[in-house]
Amino acid sequence: MTERKGTEIRVRGQVQGVGFRPFVWRLARDRGLRGWVLNDAAGVLIRIWGETAGFTEALRDEAPPLARIDRIETREVTENPPDGFEIRASEGGAADTRVTPDAATCPDCLAEIRAPGRRHGYAFTNCTHCGPRFSILRGLPYDRAQTTMAGFALCPACRAEYDDPADRRFHAQPVACPACGPRLWFEADGVELSGDPVALAVAALKRGEIVAVKGLGGFHLACDARDPAAVGRLRARKHRPAKPFALMAREADLDRLVRVTPADLAALRSPAAPVVLMPARGTLPGVVAPGIDTLGVMLPYTPLHHLLLDAFGGVLVMTSGNLSGEPQVIDNAEARAKLAPFADGFLIHDRDIARRLDDSVLRCDPPMVLRHARGRVPGVIDLPEGFADAPEVLATGAQMKGAICLIRHGQAMLSHYLGDLDDPLCLSEFERAIADYRALFAHRTSHVAVDAHPGYRASQIGRDIAGREGLPVTEVWHHHAHMAACMAENGWPLRGGKVAGIVLDGTGLGPDGTLWGGELLLGDYHAARRIAHLAPAPLPGGDRAAREPWRNAVMRLDQAGLALPEPLAALPVQVIRAAARAGLNAPLSSSAGRLFDAAAAIIGLCVQAQSYEGEAAMRLEALAGTAREAAEVEDQTDGPQIDPAPMLRMLCGPAPAAERARAVHLWLAQAFARRARKLIETGAAQAVALSGGCFQNALLLRLTLTELSGLRVLIHRETPANDGGLALGQALIASAQSM
Amino acid sequence: MALRDDKVTLAHGGGGKAMRDLIEEVFTSVFQPPGMEDQARLQAEALAEPGARLAFTTDGFVVTPVEFPGGDIGTLAVCGTVNDLAVGGARPLWLSAAFIIEEGTEVALLRRIVTSMAREAEAAGVRIVTGDTKVVGRGACDKVFVTTAGVGVIPPGRDMAAARVRPGDVALVNGVLGDHGAALLAARGDLALSTELESDCAALGHLMEAILAAAPNARAARDLTRGGLASALNEIAEAAGCGIELDETALPLRAEVTGMCELLGLDPLYLANEGRLVVFVPPEEAAAALAAMRTRPEGEGAAIIGTATPEHPGQVRMRTGFGGARIVDMLVGEQLPRIC
Ligand SMILES: [Fe+3]
Ligand SMILES: [Mg+2]
Ligand SMILES: [Zn+2]
Ligand SMILES: [Zn+2]
Repeated sequence: MTERKGTEIRVRGQVQGVGFRPFVWRLARDRGLRGWVLNDAAGVLIRIWGETAGFTEALRDEAPPLARIDRIETREVTENPPDGFEIRASEGGAADTRVTPDAATCPDCLAEIRAPGRRHGYAFTNCTHCGPRFSILRGLPYDRAQTTMAGFALCPACRAEYDDPADRRFHAQPVACPACGPRLWFEADGVELSGDPVALAVAALKRGEIVAVKGLGGFHLACDARDPAAVGRLRARKHRPAKPFALMAREADLDRLVRVTPADLAALRSPAAPVVLMPARGTLPGVVAPGIDTLGVMLPYTPLHHLLLDAFGGVLVMTSGNLSGEPQVIDNAEARAKLAPFADGFLIHDRDIARRLDDSVLRCDPPMVLRHARGRVPGVIDLPEGFADAPEVLATGAQMKGAICLIRHGQAMLSHYLGDLDDPLCLSEFERAIADYRALFAHRTSHVAVDAHPGYRASQIGRDIAGREGLPVTEVWHHHAHMAACMAENGWPLRGGKVAGIVLDGTGLGPDGTLWGGELLLGDYHAARRIAHLAPAPLPGGDRAAREPWRNAVMRLDQAGLALPEPLAALPVQVIRAAARAGLNAPLSSSAGRLFDAAAAIIGLCVQAQSYEGEAAMRLEALAGTAREAAEVEDQTDGPQIDPAPMLRMLCGPAPAAERARAVHLWLAQAFARRARKLIETGAAQAVALSGGCFQNALLLRLTLTELSGLRVLIHRETPANDGGLALGQALIASAQSM
Repeated sequence: MALRDDKVTLAHGGGGKAMRDLIEEVFTSVFQPPGMEDQARLQAEALAEPGARLAFTTDGFVVTPVEFPGGDIGTLAVCGTVNDLAVGGARPLWLSAAFIIEEGTEVALLRRIVTSMAREAEAAGVRIVTGDTKVVGRGACDKVFVTTAGVGVIPPGRDMAAARVRPGDVALVNGVLGDHGAALLAARGDLALSTELESDCAALGHLMEAILAAAPNARAARDLTRGGLASALNEIAEAAGCGIELDETALPLRAEVTGMCELLGLDPLYLANEGRLVVFVPPEEAAAALAAMRTRPEGEGAAIIGTATPEHPGQVRMRTGFGGARIVDMLVGEQLPRIC
């Protein structure tokens, strides 16, 4: 009778399409267990009979690299076991399981393409531990027929691997080889050239040409990063004068380019293979990242990248293949049409990209995610305690760095980066993504959360959806959402007490009708109130003030009663002063981002215009990084209005520019940290949350953390502090308010 | 001269002799309405044509300052109503004019306004046939408000309507955009802007006749007033159920206006105009329409600026210089910054 007693194990999480069943199969066989394993709508279901001690621990400890286990539940069963251990056919739909993010080529596959054999030099080699997933997925359940591999029929050799539970390609949906899989070629002027495509591309790159490379989530434009003329040409063609370019380099070349920490290396080598920002060693031409002291580097993450880098032997600029502001190109015909003015040649293939995914960008010290995209999506965040019964919310995020968030079954799913919604193509992509994510996750939306700004397209789209489907809409204040996103990421419980939120940001609409952005808030998921803020100043010219730092400098200096330094005085300051006085397109704002812009302009950085978003602040941060200490700023009182006049007086003073730049960071960190500390000391708040786009500034974040030492501080590690993470906060606030 | 006062007083609105003097001296002597009755009695031969339709419109005018480079509130009051009739395909015939006058307004100012109106009306081929004046206390209005109503006739067979615009149709404007809005901003005086800009204020009836003679199948036209070209195009896209695509490089813009817009963070596509229209014609009539517009002084700067498209119905997009595109929205209230 005893052998009829068995254990049923339910495994939830990201456990399908990652080789979990063969892993269980091997584990059970090694231990001589009887039973079976199958995929079903809830994840993986296992029944085992025999010596089961330590089995669930092994499930967790030895799980395949791409598996993410959320929960393991066990119960006893009594029935006759099968003779051995078997993998059974899948049951039911895949409604509650996870789609896996795309993953960088694994060591086994890499070894395979480098060694003699049938996949030698094959650019589309993959297995259950690596390869394309979300980027080739057309629908659920995840099997080959539902991916862009559907048109490639497996050859007998690949079929045998696919069917063999002992093979690492068992049920690897994109499995392929040169006999049956996608084909790579190189073309120029619309004509395919004969010869080894990788060798042709390398020859073009060596000639200083620009090559469009079809990657995982879209096309890149590549050129030799060590060739200033080639990089300059790419800048001129892309109309991108200064924005830093991302790089792709082999691990062996990293040390020459950047200072790499073990944490950086771990991030670079992770299956997500993001772009990691690291301190530059100054060995590349300045034109790669003008005026910035960091470089963003990623490792080759597809077999094609490995083949290309191995043959090229250098470092490549790998920037997204798009017209400025538009989404990255993914389709071959679209690439030929749109990238022809940029690219001299195309390294291209016939595996379609189903989903447009930019490269993710992050920094390890201090930890932050700047762009949440390829390799990180679709990932989920477990909701904090108290949100188990949260309704199925759809949150539509902000205008810039579009991203949506869905809540379902106690988890939040933050979408990939969808670009700035002013661009019509980004906007249609955004609308498609909403439909796509809702369908993929079988979301039965019951609430819609939007930013309170009536002019955000994301808010309009959210309202339209709610209107069409008869759903309630929750309007969320921008900076409350930033703060809530940070709390949520850190698992702050629904009833965890109040948090002091230091939200340093660009601009977002505040409840008083002015634009906020330099705020100390106190609150929870339900509500937050303003405790302190930067004294507001006009933004003359509205959004123009975000592009032209001099406007903010003039307003701030006027406010502080300081004279304009030479380069500012020569600009048409009378007109913007008059416009501000007349209230003509000069809304008031407490934005910290605009104060950074003002400071940069006073020091002489990006005075007239920024060529990309954040340029002035990034240059100011880079300059500050060269200073040992900060210039002195006189003391000030602790009122609810934080008056930047003392800091501005310092900026107009005689200290070296780098020390003044550093003092701007320190002053902001101290002004907010001091007030936040008081909220903790008086018992009003239990922790401090740091959020908003300004906290992408590593120096500001580091200094703020130092000022808050000894206190419980919540920071963004897994979701962007910028507007790309806003939807998460919106979703949590809407949930809290509806429960 | 019977009118001795140089400023309007409440007595001028009292209904007695002072009022009669003001009306006769300042208004009727200039407008010369037919007969002395309190209503205009008009010959309706134009309407007798079978299939002809009557067009009737009204508009109120308030503007600060009342006089500005290139015109005054009187010019606006005539041109605005004439243009509303003209863009609907009507031949403007008669106008009414009602004045709300603030106590203390200079009589000389009223005379200048009325003279402007008479001159504009004559040039546009319309007659001001009836009117009214009221005087209100200080602060109850700003110097003078004018309301005009206009009657015109749409000849048989003409049917201009935004809903008739279809994909492929070509959009034209008759000249540089935003002069009126920019000139007014500069004339407000508090912006420390000195410009040579003048309002584009003009009556467009003759221009419309010229367009319709050259492009008899013209679908729809709109005068570009408040909200500028952007608002007019959004209305048309919405009504027609098609998209509209503009070519940024083709838009007639004056460097002075774009420069001023850049400084103030405004978009010339949203600036007010008072003598500009957009007209949609079938592609085969576009060249003729353009040539016809250019034969008239109000159409000297005419240009083809875009087309109606089957894509993105209801939405206006602009192809920018670098091959990108942006959405040109309907303006919702004041534009708050969105860059975070
Ligand atoms: Fe923000
Ligand atoms: Mg009107
Ligand atoms: Zn692999
Ligand atoms: Zn094969």
